[in-house]
Formats: sequence, C-alpha cells, structure tokens
Amino acid sequence: MAQEVKLFGMWASLYSRRIEIALKMKGVQFEFIEEDLQNKSPLLLKHNSIHKKVPVLLHNGMPIAESLIILEYIDETWLDNPILPRDPYDRAMARFWARFIDEKLIWISWDAFSSKEEDQGKAIEEACKQLKALENELKEKEFFGGDTLGYLDIAAIMVASWFGVMQEVMKVELLTEENFPILCQWVGKFVDCPIVKECLPRKEKMVEFTRVLLKDFLASK
Amino acid sequence: MGEEVKLFRTWSSPFALRIVWALKIKGIEYETVFEDLSNKSPLLLQYNPVHKKVPILVHNGRPIAESLVILEYIDETWKQGPLLPKDPYERAMARFWAKFGDDKVLTSIWSVFIKQGKEQEEALVATMENLKFLEEEMKGKKFFGGERIGYVDLALGCLANLISIFEEIVGLKIVDEEKLPLFYSWMQNFAEAPIIRDNWPPRDKMIVKFQALLDAAIASSSSS
Repeated sequence: MAQEVKLFGMWASLYSRRIEIALKMKGVQFEFIEEDLQNKSPLLLKHNSIHKKVPVLLHNGMPIAESLIILEYIDETWLDNPILPRDPYDRAMARFWARFIDEKLIWISWDAFSSKEEDQGKAIEEACKQLKALENELKEKEFFGGDTLGYLDIAAIMVASWFGVMQEVMKVELLTEENFPILCQWVGKFVDCPIVKECLPRKEKMVEFTRVLLKDFLASK
Repeated sequence: MGEEVKLFRTWSSPFALRIVWALKIKGIEYETVFEDLSNKSPLLLQYNPVHKKVPILVHNGRPIAESLVILEYIDETWKQGPLLPKDPYERAMARFWAKFGDDKVLTSIWSVFIKQGKEQEEALVATMENLKFLEEEMKGKKFFGGERIGYVDLALGCLANLISIFEEIVGLKIVDEEKLPLFYSWMQNFAEAPIIRDNWPPRDKMIVKFQALLDAAIASSSSS
C-alpha cells in the first residue's frame, strides 16, 4: 500500500530533528513541512489541537504528536533497523533515560544557564550531577544504543546540540571535555554519524536563532 | 524460573497504585516494600538514585523507576491481560493520553486543590479544557482501553479517587456529571472494578493527609 508520511517540524527544533533522524535511519520517504511557529498552519493546529506544537508525524492521514511517542511509533511501524533494544529491561532503561533528558536534565540545565550569579554555582553543580548520571549510562558502549545509534542516542540530540548552543549564548560552561570526557566523546561520534550530519542544523545558525529567541531575557541580565 | 518481584511504594502514592493495579490485573505475585519518604531507605536511594522516588519495581534484582515506564515493562514481560493495544497507532494514542494525563490533567487538578483565589479559578478553567479532551476520547467506550481496563485507565485512574477527595476538602465541584457525563461515568466504572475498588488507600487517611498539605500550603503562602 502506498505510504504517505509527512513530518510537521521546524528547522531549529531538536525535537523535530529527532524524528527526521529516525525516519532516515529506517529509510522511510517523507515530506517535511516547515512550520513558522509564530504563525502556525491550520493543518498543524488541526493535527495537534491539544499542544499545537511540532513535531507531528502524519502517517496515511493519522497524526501522532510528542517526539518520544513518535519515535516508538516509527519503531513499531517500520521494523527494519530497530531503534529500541529488544530486551524489556533494556527498553525500560532507554525509556527512563529519554524521559530523564526531557523532564529533568533540560530544565535543571536551563536553571544553570539562566540563574542569577549568586545562585549559579549551586545550579551548575546540580546540573553537572545530572549530566554525570547520564554519562554513567554510556558505560563502555560506543553509543547509548550499543554499537549503533538507538532511541536514547536520538533522544540525547539535546545533549549533543542544545548544550553547546546554550553554552555559547549564555556564556556558561557546563558540558566540558574536562568534566565529561566520555559524554563529550559520545557527542563527537554522534554528530559525525552521516544521518545526524544531514539532520543537525549548523551550530552558528542555532546560536543566532537562540540569541534572538532569548533576546529579552539576555537584555534583562 | 523463580520470579522475584518487589514493589517499593508508599501507602498513598497514586503513581505506585498504577503498578499495584497492573500487577494484580496480570496476576503477578509480588512483595510490597513500604517507604517513608521523609526517611528514605538505603535500598530506595540505591534503586532510584536519579529521582529518589516511588514507585520502583525490582524484578529479579533489577530496578525500574517511573510509573509509566514500569507499566510498559510489566506489559512487555508478562503477556497475559495486555494493557497496551496491539496496533502501533492505538499504542501511540494510549501513550499520548497517559502523558497528557500526567503533564496537563493531574497538574491542573492539583492546582485547583492547592491554589487559592485567581490562581484556583484559572486552574479550574484549565482543568475543564483538559477534561473536555478526555471526554471526547471516551465516546463509545466504557474504559479508555475499550471494554477492559488498559494502560490509559491505569494512568488516569487515581483521578477516580483523588478528585472526590479534593472536592470534599476544598468544597468545589471539579467534575460536574452534567458537563462531563462520559468522564464522570468512567470514574464510577473504574472505581467500582473489583481490582481497583479493593486497593484504594483508606479514604479517611487520605482526607487527613491532603487537608494537612493544603493547610501547610495556605500557611506558607500567607506568611510570605
């Protein structure tokens, strides 16, 4: 049956980049629809009426929202090159750490980047603790997924890209080679993967975009 | 092989209740370890160093934390009484609604309970909007899982108990049967299902606990 796959995304959204990576890893042909988040299309608002966000995957007319949920849908629908591990315990660990990144690590790190000077030391210490916990999960492996990219690597695009961008914009050091040699090594391998290279926006573009996004916040500092 | 299943929980944690229900639906034997969160055991801290919370499921010595992650683990490990649907799209929808429950519904209902004045009014409006989405999702179904209780029912299920407790304490109607008839019936149907009904925490203890939380919140907001 002819498959129709569309991805509503935005070039600077790492969440929508996650989906691009997964679709490309599976060799799925798809149409990318670039959204202007200041002026969301009627289609996006229709397909994600609850959250009104990207990414949204539209598969044969059926919409799925929330990037981690879309990743699992992709893995269960296109069975080549599985991105989640087979073993239920390993799957649970992958899901745990992906949620950790989205629900805890990013927010604690944002605190570290955005805190006032007097609170910053403590916030940075806390964020480093969380980063260390994630780094420990890599153990001896090339990637979180083992020898090749997996679900957790894709989720961790936030670590590979967002931290570097934020460090430059906010002038706060967090994820350094000195403190996180193993995690930084992973970042290097991740961004070097051909598929990731195709999907990751250039850092300078992201920095510029983020500076504009945060201009009011930066002005108030 | 001898299975060893332990559940670390508190008597009142709604997230831990999800796991109790799932284990009972699947008929899995398990040992309960009750935690006092004001005095966390070394085992809890060892098994969940990242969040230091309950519930934690320990299966043959290996710990899993985060209730929705645990539910999926249980469903993938013990195949009887499946909680998630088979079809990938329906599975995605189930995961979506469970996440919506945690991120939006529980949050807004908690705000209705713990906040006062304008913030409470705004939380009530948000809650109504959120519950309307769930109302829509209930059309033609007895449970979110269909004929049988499933993953989404377990994820949202604590509401079938907590909402009436909150309503009693703050004296506000959160779920009006006339405005949300399907959601209201779901709460009744869910609460009355034998496995669910037999495992609610004692209501009087819950009222005391949440009243104390509310009193503390009011005291700290008026002293600041």
